[in-house]
Amino acid sequence: MTASGARTAILDAIRSSRGADQNPSENEYREIPRQYQRSGSLDPEVRLELFEERLREYDAAVYRTRAADVLQTIATILSDREKSRLVIPQGFPSTWLPPGFLFATGDELSALDLDGYDGVVTVCEVAIALTGTLILQSAPGQGPRKLSLVPDYHLCVVSADQVVETVPEAMDHIAKTSSLPTTFISGPSATADIEMTRIKGVHGPRSLDVLLIH
Amino acid sequence: MSKPEASRSESGATHDQVPGWNAPDFPSAAKILLADSQLRKNVRHATGVITQKRNRVVGELKDWPELREAGSRIRQHALDHLDEYLTQFEEACTRAGGVVHWARDGAEANRIILDLLEQQSATEVVKIKSMTTEEIGLNPALEAAGIHPYETDLAELIIQLGHDRPSHVVVPALHKNRQQVHEIFQQQMHLKELGDRPEDLAAAARSYLRERFLRVPIAISGANFLIAETGGACVVESEGNGRMCLTLPRTLITIAGIEKVIPRLQDLEVLLQSLPRSATGERMNPYTSIWTGIRPGDGPEEFHVILLDNGRSGILHDQEAKQTLKCIRCGACQNVCPVYRQTGGHAYGSVYAGPIGAILTPQLHHMESSTSLPYASSLCGACFEVCPVKIDIPEVLIHLRGKVVKKEQTTLSGKLSPWNLGMKAAAGALKSGGRLHTAQRFGRAGQLLFVDKSGFIEKLPFLLGGWTDTRDLPPMPAESFREWWAKHGDGENASLAAKKEQP
Repeated sequence: MTASGARTAILDAIRSSRGADQNPSENEYREIPRQYQRSGSLDPEVRLELFEERLREYDAAVYRTRAADVLQTIATILSDREKSRLVIPQGFPSTWLPPGFLFATGDELSALDLDGYDGVVTVCEVAIALTGTLILQSAPGQGPRKLSLVPDYHLCVVSADQVVETVPEAMDHIAKTSSLPTTFISGPSATADIEMTRIKGVHGPRSLDVLLIH
Repeated sequence: MSKPEASRSESGATHDQVPGWNAPDFPSAAKILLADSQLRKNVRHATGVITQKRNRVVGELKDWPELREAGSRIRQHALDHLDEYLTQFEEACTRAGGVVHWARDGAEANRIILDLLEQQSATEVVKIKSMTTEEIGLNPALEAAGIHPYETDLAELIIQLGHDRPSHVVVPALHKNRQQVHEIFQQQMHLKELGDRPEDLAAAARSYLRERFLRVPIAISGANFLIAETGGACVVESEGNGRMCLTLPRTLITIAGIEKVIPRLQDLEVLLQSLPRSATGERMNPYTSIWTGIRPGDGPEEFHVILLDNGRSGILHDQEAKQTLKCIRCGACQNVCPVYRQTGGHAYGSVYAGPIGAILTPQLHHMESSTSLPYASSLCGACFEVCPVKIDIPEVLIHLRGKVVKKEQTTLSGKLSPWNLGMKAAAGALKSGGRLHTAQRFGRAGQLLFVDKSGFIEKLPFLLGGWTDTRDLPPMPAESFREWWAKHGDGENASLAAKKEQP
């Protein structure tokens, strides 16, 4: 029993299941009907309101601020949450780091080390209003995946122009960088495994805050 | 007592250890479970809650029919070109630093995993919920080799600690309520002060598993989708245990059925909309991970994918049943099924319960076992209606019933069974109007023995008794319509009718 024996056997079994006169997959693929909504239609402000509403519905807290006030707002949010020791990914804007807090670059830290921090602050690649979703990739400001996973608190800074309306629009956005590890985050870690009641907080961050710059 | 010879798998191993192969038939298993009123209450409650949530978030999408159609066509297309997309996936994944393995059946897949673990001298692994690993009996195989698998999904943890079996593809511990979970956790985690709110139970699971996530160097996962174009894999989850397993260990082993491949990344724009809404009634599940091979500095240093056949390529040969493999494991069909909602999942004797299990399991077993499952349905069609990839489950159920009967008819005991003889007789009687007329005349005479004072037939003998166990049967009237017509119709038509009745 060789390993390649299994490969050949499986592929042969699949091939023998259909006739020889098969259309090229390329043409057939193009014929798949895609009549669903691909592009958004909402006004920008309505889109942002929808995004906020959907985030809140899944237990994320949402704050809004002007570009000039980002630093101050981050300070307020972290103080209110009583978070003082934080990790940030490489490439996170240094102008957004308020004094009075510890910010350590977390890319090289072990999971065990990350577990000792109060929380993490990142940006995102793109966000989806309709589903209240943040998409993070392994990129500057967003960090390797463990960063937004191990600490118990996540603050994500999103600028208004990163928020698209639909899932297809977001998929178009990440198509160019699809080889990067990618995480869709919709609310804090949750489970519905006990009596189908959605409860917040299992293994990922138990609190998720989103700061929206508009 | 001699043991019946176990079926042999394609790689030469026996099916003895594989879950579901020797399960009791559905009616016997269901009869026992129906007596468990707590279980029925739990199942009814949980499936009711999910269905309600699902209906709400599906209802708010105006383009749901179009998403369903696109999802169905994408999955069908992938199956039509499965060899092409699997080799494309293999090539892209290998290029990105992954190692692709192929396994004809569960025994072969378990062997590959055990070899990989042996190379790393592993004594424990962390696991993401995977119905595929349940299907091949991976955990017992690991334990037999002295390796401890830690289930990290909350529901799977409940199942593992409670020495139970999964009863639902999405929410495997749906048959347990919070008090039962509380009891299991309290005993198995040795927690005296544990509260019984779901929050307390989730917190207990968090602290129980956190240390293991940080320590154990190997993870085993399933996959929701494999992307041929990019060589990427995708896992959809809620708790973050999946992300822990996919990100922190040094080695990741992912096992997926060959049907899990989709052509392109873009296809996720459909399936990542229809899957979470159908599965848990959420617009989007909390976490979805997509990764492609190895990424230095982010995640495991070693990544293996095992492509598992285990009966799937055989299903492709059956044009009418092939659509079974479009399934994306959302479990919506289980939640709406009037049979599943009464019995729960264990009656199906398979990790794949409910309507999808009733068509998938017997086919995975090459129609050699679990052949009572295609009958575990009232054919009401609710499963087809909610299916996000439009699998016509009732159609496949009927098709498989036909296969079961045809197979039985090839044996002597099948040929002589009362059902077969009865059906043959019925087929003969229904062949022409004249024969039916004769049969009706005999029936009218014969039924006199059974019609009671109320004017109804309350008890029929033998197999027919199944019908009268729960209902009364009105007797055949003294005159059939044809007889009435022959007397009262106009002359010409009446003689025509009489003529036609000649056999």
